[in-house]
Amino acid sequence: MRYSGLRVISEGLFGNKGWTPAWRDPEPKADYDYVIIGGGGHGLSTAYYLAKNHGITNVAVLEKGYLGGGNVGRNTTIVRANYFLPGNQEFYSHSLKLWEGLEAELNYNVMHSQRGLINLFHSDGQRDAFARRGNAMINEGDDAELLDREGVRRYLPYLDFDNARFPVHGGLLHRRGGTARHDAVAWGYARGADTRGVDLIQNCEVTGIDIEDGRVRGVQTTRGAIRAKKIGIVVAGRSGQVAAMAGLRLPIESHVLQAFVTEGLKPVIDHVVSFGMGHFYISQSDKGGLVFGGDLDFYSSYAARGNLPMVEHVMEAGMTLMPMIGKAKVLRSWGGIMDMTPDGSPIIDATDVGGLYIDCGWNYGGFKAVPASGWCMAHLMATGEPHAVARRFRLDRFLTGHLIDEEGTGSQHNLH
Amino acid sequence: MRIICPLCGDRDRREFHYYGDAVYADRPGEGAAPEDWDAYLHLRDNPAGETRDLWYHELGCSAWIEVTRNTVTHAVLSTRLVAARGGDGPSGGDISGKMKPAAKRRGKTA
Repeated sequence: MRYSGLRVISEGLFGNKGWTPAWRDPEPKADYDYVIIGGGGHGLSTAYYLAKNHGITNVAVLEKGYLGGGNVGRNTTIVRANYFLPGNQEFYSHSLKLWEGLEAELNYNVMHSQRGLINLFHSDGQRDAFARRGNAMINEGDDAELLDREGVRRYLPYLDFDNARFPVHGGLLHRRGGTARHDAVAWGYARGADTRGVDLIQNCEVTGIDIEDGRVRGVQTTRGAIRAKKIGIVVAGRSGQVAAMAGLRLPIESHVLQAFVTEGLKPVIDHVVSFGMGHFYISQSDKGGLVFGGDLDFYSSYAARGNLPMVEHVMEAGMTLMPMIGKAKVLRSWGGIMDMTPDGSPIIDATDVGGLYIDCGWNYGGFKAVPASGWCMAHLMATGEPHAVARRFRLDRFLTGHLIDEEGTGSQHNLH
Repeated sequence: MRIICPLCGDRDRREFHYYGDAVYADRPGEGAAPEDWDAYLHLRDNPAGETRDLWYHELGCSAWIEVTRNTVTHAVLSTRLVAARGGDGPSGGDISGKMKPAAKRRGKTA
């Protein structure tokens, strides 16, 4: 069923009786050409682009819970292309271009809102670094504008500009940055993949990966054995466990990242505002809630909930930057399981097991990557060759030293 | 989360700096192969369940502590001084382990 404004009006006139489910709920078949483990944003977009770009439709997406029930349904929804290093630059630039056409592509309203992203700086040294980053973004073909203090004041008059510790000196404005509706991205890709013939199998947990003569043959699941010629592991924070089923050890540690949302308020924050020095960022959802977060709790965790010291730190940082939010009541907080790599950049690569591919290591920034990650993973699985914009996201780069250390802090798990 | 320092007792997590998996205490010897360094620095079992990691009692007695805890529940199961650990760590000083690394060297990065 194609969605349109006319359809909404006609359904509204006749009691909304004509809507049909957005995707099927099929039984798993015994045999597929491709199996994607993980029905989150990246897994669903991989399946979609396998079908759309490569004509490969004998594909199953196996999800242990429900579609989009993991990190893609619980994140701070920021979409941007403001990276500095080769490897990340071309990849996120490609992803942002896909975002800009996503609603037309999927015939689905993902509520992509390019409201602008402002990264604040507080010293001359930081200004230089941000000017350099902005130039790198422009060289990549994306947009960046360096704002001085008065320039920031024009957009964000509510900041505490004269804070004693972090006075606002200016900001880097990325106008094409913004937010999107996280669930809708998963649902849109799911519907698109299903329409093209991909089987989306929910409540189907993979419990083993069958390997014969160094090649994958299929998977064992809670809904029976499924044979497959090629398998993609796209399971974010659970990458370590699923890779271990194939005898692999990954350069990944799973950590907890918390985020928070307040009660709904009238429009007050029109942009995405990032306060790097305080490890704090914030935007306002279309429902009116202030959505904000900070840094990792900084210890490995699968608890999907954080501890109070980081809650306190994030609230303090928010109050430091914009004291006006002090009376907003926090409705809820949550913790996501982040697949952290030593250098903070992702992995899209083949493994040493024939027919087994992995897409992981999205750290705390996987949401904006959903379109390009699926695009590149599908390309890799279909052709056997890495896509041009993801060729540096290698699994062996830690061994060979070809790191993509965007933060410049080094390649060790405790540094990101 | 609270951590039991073997010297100071039950203390708030904020007094401690997290360093990472206890494998960091098993530094490869001089002349070790690049693969050993990769395993030591980067590759992780990353268990959902019981794990051992290193914490530094930064705002306390400055002891290095090996903490056995559960990554799913955040329960701290036991702690001991790294100094008391000797060579009987999680891998007995041998980090080659049972599982192979996910990637071998495959030529130069494009």
